[in-house]
Amino acid sequence: MAKQKVEKVKTEAPKKRKLQSMEWKNAWKLHKEKYLLVLPFALIFLLFTALPVAVSMVLSFTNFNMLQIPDFIALENYINLIVFDDIFLIAVKNTLFFAIVTGPVSYLMCFVFAWIINELPPKVRAVMVCVFYAPSISGNAFVIWKLLFSSDMYGYINAYLLKWNIISSPILWFETAEYIMPILIIVQLWLSLGVGFLSFVAGLQSQDMALYEAGAIDGIKNRWQELWYITLPSMKPQLMFGAVMQITSSFGVAGIADALVGFPSVDYAGHFILNHLNDYGGLRYEMGYASAIAVILFFVMIFANILVQKVLRKVGS
Amino acid sequence: MKKLFSKIGAALVKVPPFKQISAWLAHRRITRRNRSLSVDIALTVFLGFFGIISVLPLWLIVVNAFKPLNEVFMFPPKFYVVNPTMDNFLDLFQLIGNSWVPFSRYIFNTVFITLLGTIGSVIIASMAAYPLAKYQFPGSKFMSSLIVYSLMFNGSVTGIPNYIIMSKVGLIDTYWAVVLPAIGSTMGLYLMRNNMTHIPSSLLESCKIDGASEFKIYWKIIMPLSKPAWITLVILSFQSLWGTTGGTYLYTEKLKPVTYALSQILAAGVVRTGVSSAVSLIMLIVPVAVFVISQSNVVETMASSGMKD
Repeated sequence: MAKQKVEKVKTEAPKKRKLQSMEWKNAWKLHKEKYLLVLPFALIFLLFTALPVAVSMVLSFTNFNMLQIPDFIALENYINLIVFDDIFLIAVKNTLFFAIVTGPVSYLMCFVFAWIINELPPKVRAVMVCVFYAPSISGNAFVIWKLLFSSDMYGYINAYLLKWNIISSPILWFETAEYIMPILIIVQLWLSLGVGFLSFVAGLQSQDMALYEAGAIDGIKNRWQELWYITLPSMKPQLMFGAVMQITSSFGVAGIADALVGFPSVDYAGHFILNHLNDYGGLRYEMGYASAIAVILFFVMIFANILVQKVLRKVGS
Repeated sequence: MKKLFSKIGAALVKVPPFKQISAWLAHRRITRRNRSLSVDIALTVFLGFFGIISVLPLWLIVVNAFKPLNEVFMFPPKFYVVNPTMDNFLDLFQLIGNSWVPFSRYIFNTVFITLLGTIGSVIIASMAAYPLAKYQFPGSKFMSSLIVYSLMFNGSVTGIPNYIIMSKVGLIDTYWAVVLPAIGSTMGLYLMRNNMTHIPSSLLESCKIDGASEFKIYWKIIMPLSKPAWITLVILSFQSLWGTTGGTYLYTEKLKPVTYALSQILAAGVVRTGVSSAVSLIMLIVPVAVFVISQSNVVETMASSGMKD
């Protein structure tokens, strides 16, 4: 009896596999041109995005210095990071705080500015879109904030605080731990009206005007009701996309901290997960350890995004 | 009392300045339905305030680029230039002239990387976007969700393995090390795919009945119709590549892009405050100009390509 069953399973299994390969063959025959169109991108994506994530995860369980063959050390990297690396914990705390502030605030800014801009006459609208979008594409222009918050009396902020007798001696903005985070947040917000903002602008412009006509007939009285009952529900795809953009960029902060407050910053006040990663990956060549940091950051970003997506989806329905 | 006020009001409405204003208000009531004037004004002021904040740092870059040294170190620093000078730019050109790799080479590198990456990215992403947007086939859903997930993390997370893979493939220290990952960026594909879903399927059906292959449909129908989308992709790709420093991927001096060379000039610190602004100004003008030009293009194409299924 038992033998028979085994035999049955054995004969069934290859059949199934055959069927699957047949299915794929059929799919290929049916959609050959489509697969060929997707293929170049799929290859590049696989090689330079998907594979690196997988390699990162594998390397995070090893001790690797780029020269010798990586040796497997199981969870040691993660244990060292979470239990013994105090600076990593500071970086996590800073990153979370930074992301929780800049993520939602920049998201709101993107939408509110796009929404007000949308009401303007076309030419003014084009100018205002440029005004808000320009910082995010201006390359290393954010170093100008170094001049604004310069620690001597020639820095704009210090100079005018001195002139108006608010302070009596220049404040060392980038050398004082408690000022570092607020300044970085301001600079990030200034830089944050990027793709998400453009997406909102475009989304608002492509709204179906008939909906608003119908809304007016149905008794919508002012812009706030219009916003709540018509605009927001029909902007949902853009709103989701914008959320992803803002979250990802607010977790990916490192460059501005490096450039403005230096590395390492005073009391590690401007030290983020990505700075920690660059430290171990770029300077110390402890690639296994750095990979573990990368994997943690990767999951934090994905988790935050999925969480926010879930929340946003619920808000609309 | 109330009567008196309304009488005065009725009389005032006939006097020239008030007449125009009341006519304008009446006109406004029709053209801007559901928009109260006071909120309009409040929102405009709000927007203007933040607009100034947004533009001020960029303005200061312009100002500082043209300031002579004694104005850079002046108390209090001014928000405009008293004696504009080209000294900073001349200093910059002198510094550039002294570099041992001719500066034109750096410029060539940046332009080449940017062009290659942008063209490649537009073609490859739009090719992949078309089937993913308009058809369902085994694997299409999986691919689409992978793309969405890949938007959720920052490219810097994969920096280390990327380097290892690049060196295994033998692409380290070639332009491709910078260009290929840029082509593989999923943002463009995502935007394209979303945009293409709005192209009516009936149009594609009728093309197929006429015997057109998918490649032909892609090139002759999809590409012209999704012009705003790929212009957007051009801008995005251009922006990301223009500012690239090559990072660890390019170490031969001859292959390095402009941003790298300029950042070396800035490394000298506070003495070069003015020069640094000049550099920032040059680096920022190009992407902003590209955006200004293509933005009007995008707006125009979007306005004139109104399509209803």
